[in-house]
Amino acid sequence: MTLEAQAGTEAPVELVTLTIDDVEVSVPKGTLVIRAAELIGTDIPRFCDHPLLDPVGACRQCLVEVTDAGNGRGMPKPQASCTIPVAPGMVVRTHLTSPVAEKAQHGTMELLLVNHPLDCPVCDKGGECPLQNQAMSHGRAESRFEETKRTFPKPYPVSEQVLLDRERCVLCARCTRFSEQIAGDPFIALVERGAQQQVGIGPGLTGDGEPFHSYFAGNTIQICPVGALTSADYRFRARPFDLVSTPSVAEHDACGSAIRVDHRRGKVMRRLAGDDPEVNEEWITDKDRFCFTWSQQPDRLRTPLVRDAETGELVPTSWPGALAVAARGLQAADGVGVLPGGRLTAEDAFAYGVFARAVLGTNDVDFRARAHSDEEAQFLASTVALHRDVTYADLERADRVVLAGLEPEDEAGAIFLRLRKGTRAGRVQVVTIASHLSRGSQKLGATLVPTVPGAEAQAIADLDLGPSDVLLVGERLATSPGALSAAAASGARLAWVPRRAGDRGAVEAGLLPDLLPGGRPVTSAQARADLAAALKVTGSSDAPWPTEPGRSVAAMLEAASVGGLGALVVGGVEVADLPDPDVARDALEKVFVVSLEVRASEVTERADVVLPVAATVEKPGSFVSWDGRVRPFEAVLDVPGALPDVRVLAGIAEELGRPLGFRTVAEAAARMREVGPWDGERTPAPTAAPGPDQRTAAGQVVVSTWRQLVDDGRGQDGQPAYRATGRRPVLRASAATLGDVTSHATISTEIGSATFPVVVDDLPDGVVWVPANDGVTLREIGVGHGSVVRLAPGEAPEAQVPEGDA
Amino acid sequence: MTDTLTPVLSRGWADERSWTREAYERRGGYEALRTALGMTPDDIVTLVKDAGLRGRGGAGFPTGMKWSFIPKDNPNPTYLVVNADESEPGTCKDIPLMMANPHELIEGVAIASLAIGAEQAFIYVRGEVLHVVRRLRAACREAYEAGYLGADVLGSGRRVDLVIHAGAGAYICGEETALLDSLEGRRGQPRLRPPFPAVEGLYASPTVINNVESIASVPAIVRGGIEWFGSMGTEKSKGFTLYSLSGHVRRPGQYEAPLGITLRELLELGGGMREGAKLKFWTPGGSSTPILTAEHLDVPLDYEGVGAAGSMLGTKALQVFDQTTSVVRCVLRWTEFYKHESCGKCTPCREGTWWLVQVLQRLDRGEGREGDIELLLDLCDNILGRSFCALGDGATSPITSAIQYFRDEFEAGLTTPSAELFPPAASTLFATEGATR
Repeated sequence: MTLEAQAGTEAPVELVTLTIDDVEVSVPKGTLVIRAAELIGTDIPRFCDHPLLDPVGACRQCLVEVTDAGNGRGMPKPQASCTIPVAPGMVVRTHLTSPVAEKAQHGTMELLLVNHPLDCPVCDKGGECPLQNQAMSHGRAESRFEETKRTFPKPYPVSEQVLLDRERCVLCARCTRFSEQIAGDPFIALVERGAQQQVGIGPGLTGDGEPFHSYFAGNTIQICPVGALTSADYRFRARPFDLVSTPSVAEHDACGSAIRVDHRRGKVMRRLAGDDPEVNEEWITDKDRFCFTWSQQPDRLRTPLVRDAETGELVPTSWPGALAVAARGLQAADGVGVLPGGRLTAEDAFAYGVFARAVLGTNDVDFRARAHSDEEAQFLASTVALHRDVTYADLERADRVVLAGLEPEDEAGAIFLRLRKGTRAGRVQVVTIASHLSRGSQKLGATLVPTVPGAEAQAIADLDLGPSDVLLVGERLATSPGALSAAAASGARLAWVPRRAGDRGAVEAGLLPDLLPGGRPVTSAQARADLAAALKVTGSSDAPWPTEPGRSVAAMLEAASVGGLGALVVGGVEVADLPDPDVARDALEKVFVVSLEVRASEVTERADVVLPVAATVEKPGSFVSWDGRVRPFEAVLDVPGALPDVRVLAGIAEELGRPLGFRTVAEAAARMREVGPWDGERTPAPTAAPGPDQRTAAGQVVVSTWRQLVDDGRGQDGQPAYRATGRRPVLRASAATLGDVTSHATISTEIGSATFPVVVDDLPDGVVWVPANDGVTLREIGVGHGSVVRLAPGEAPEAQVPEGDA
Repeated sequence: MTDTLTPVLSRGWADERSWTREAYERRGGYEALRTALGMTPDDIVTLVKDAGLRGRGGAGFPTGMKWSFIPKDNPNPTYLVVNADESEPGTCKDIPLMMANPHELIEGVAIASLAIGAEQAFIYVRGEVLHVVRRLRAACREAYEAGYLGADVLGSGRRVDLVIHAGAGAYICGEETALLDSLEGRRGQPRLRPPFPAVEGLYASPTVINNVESIASVPAIVRGGIEWFGSMGTEKSKGFTLYSLSGHVRRPGQYEAPLGITLRELLELGGGMREGAKLKFWTPGGSSTPILTAEHLDVPLDYEGVGAAGSMLGTKALQVFDQTTSVVRCVLRWTEFYKHESCGKCTPCREGTWWLVQVLQRLDRGEGREGDIELLLDLCDNILGRSFCALGDGATSPITSAIQYFRDEFEAGLTTPSAELFPPAASTLFATEGATR
């Protein structure tokens, strides 16, 4: 459906024919000369030019001669080809055929090097530096400049993470233009003038400068054409020519952003944005860029562990031994629940599904390691699985994009940047159904539909959406009764944007109590038979192919804590993420637990068998992005003994005597293709009614919350500089809600309390916003989006939170 | 010789409190505004176009034609911006004009605003000249009080509001698009063109940017008419203008004369060179116009005449230097100015001026190296026409022209300090040795 819609709206491309270096070329109207030249294979040197940034014409490196501007007259001076659009009949001569252009380029290159330190041997950019490369290809062999160069103290930190060596800067303004145009965070700017011009940060209140705290700051390092911008993380760590680069996919959100992972001698040194025009273009979030150290922490699991019956300690064991203990425990258990979590690759997710259904004979499998609902499960089965109604390109073309329970800047950076591109071009109008206009929404110029958490269903229905609208719903709507039903019935083109990289893949793999792989409903005998045939397993007599829907995560944990389940198989799940962490801990203590994890966690602490699995970087696989795009990647590091979940599950299955039918990622992928999508009858969309209005007593408020990009999540461990660029955790509420609360406020429940500095913001009265996992994990005090809590004045904590922007 | 002068803008500068509204009205001030209110906007534009008024800020672009570029169908408001950021070394015409006769500028603003359909005008004044800012603001207040500005200009129902805006001290803000950025509250750096200011100028709206003297000349044209205006000047450079004579001349100052007058005539009006002085070189229009020498004394000082002599009329800032002056030192000072004022946006100007200064410094010290003159010329060639705006071009003009006429002095810089050849004390205006006033 999407393809047809696109074909109908695309206007025919108007071509313009011009001559470059005596070669005639036809390019779309509006193309810049520098890019038209690329099409005939001529690479005009450039620094300030970047295809995704507005032209600026500052560096003057790309000068060409225009002997005919298309009107029969030549242009008297050499022209910057990055600023000149093509014209019919235009005649352009580049350095290849024009001595004037060649001299102009050589002249500019020599001038650029006048104040450049030429410290390439100690510069991080040396070896991959556009200035170095182009000085070789378009410069003089020797500089005539023997005089005094401009110097600056170095480095100048524009943020905790981004360091600036000003003397190397060629003042191309790529970084400042990126910050302003792409990210919408104009916290760096060119200051001073002449050769003293430099990139700087604002004066701030303290006079020490307001730092470059942008979620996308790392992109400036990558597009810097010299070594002026470096990250605290990578500075002086490696040389480009010692690195091995592998294309991959970011694992921190559901965007499927293309990245490049550079490693040296078995260790990842840095990550860069890949170039995928269909997905993330050339940008990634700082989380995608810097957060790769989480799998290299001291708590990394390296060997299988089995709990010693006598000491109660986990002791290292051989793989065969651990697999056997796991199999015996599961065999003996009276009912096994499977909690795979949302961080799996599609292949690993598929393996969990087959393991649960065909090996354990249960539908008690649910990837949703967070607040969830039956309405959501039905929504995912009916309206998400196999659906591809919205693409990234639609986000910059649609007339109106409605966000419900979703904050793209925090939760899906590539979506945020695409929406910003669309709104900046004046094409897209963004509407957000939220408690307030977040900073991200402000940067999208979004219209706010002020909504008390829990009332999203009505807000969606009231918008009267149609097929020309795009509706993006976030995973928070799971706890807002009727919201997902309203979304499914809205008539808009709809996409579900989860937070985790494996969430969408888990839906496609059927890791839900009522859903089998490929959109097959559990309750359909036909679908079950079709799947069983494709899997070539039918279930054995002691583990019959289950026919009834299973239990959700919450129900499984509840059952386990009261003896209704005998064992749990747990994948990458954080206890603190679960709907009720205390019930989860209780359940994990009580039953036989097999944990497949990368690092020690609250689950492994309570597990009977711990089976270490490979981190994303150590295995091949694929993520399915929010728009249903399969994003395959290969292993970056070859680590012997690092087994993907699929291999471990296959091992347990074989010990149980009921093999999965595949052992490797490639085999799992092949089996998935054989299973394919279901073309039979599907689960109907949910039709849950909106919940009643949240009732709050005096002193109570409704909580609006989500996870900010930079927070206490364990995927960000090992990155203190990155962590320091996060936003200050604050409580936002209207002045009326805050009443006499002035500096700090405490929210509390029966379980616990948390105190935040307060910021007055435009929230509906009776609603507060707090970050979900910054300083305090709200789940631990029983608070989620839509919870009702008590609000009271609070005391400033002893230890002040680090200074940051509110 | 006094009959060669045509005081129009400078008429009445000697009057008692000439800058007040009262004094201006006594001179017939604001009568042109009443006349203009009786004309259609198109008629005013046609009048200025037919009169042949050309921009007095340096480039000489026909003012009326600039006005006619304003699109009629643009939904955004139209703005008039007066460029009063006079900062060029040697240029000193607008500041005295605004000090002595601010109301003529304001009347011009009102008429020009009517002509282009602007309800909001700005005068962007160089920030360093606080006295001018204060005087303009006082005059603006007076004009509002008398109804020459405001929501209902002289009861016509037409609105013209005027803001006097002080810059923050950057030569680059005299470049019209940098001025617009600065006026918008941004850092002043030139903008990419297109879009041109006539289409997307101030706040992305149609904007006319004119020099102070151009706008101040408009009331006189309305008063005197096309024929009167054309009776002065030359065929293609019509009318009167302010010539600013400075340097080693007996009576420096503003000389308002028809376009096409020669330096020889102006020097005579100025009492000639100072005692014992011989003209060595001069700038026709500030330091960014190529220098000329005594052989150009009879060049008609209009756009075409100076252009034919290999320079530019520019701002008609005639800086006159005598034989005591070191060309190398003078060019070094100018180049230091451009280095200091280069905005930094583009490579050739930013890095080129940095380098040029260092080469000129060693020539000035007598420590020049073989090939330095060729290096200077080659650097200028790599800057001229390669930089983003005209600042970089202007920075090369004094160097290339000075080498053209005084190459031997640069060659001497390989061995002898300029201070030895031309003791600096002798070229000061208060010097008594070698030259006296």
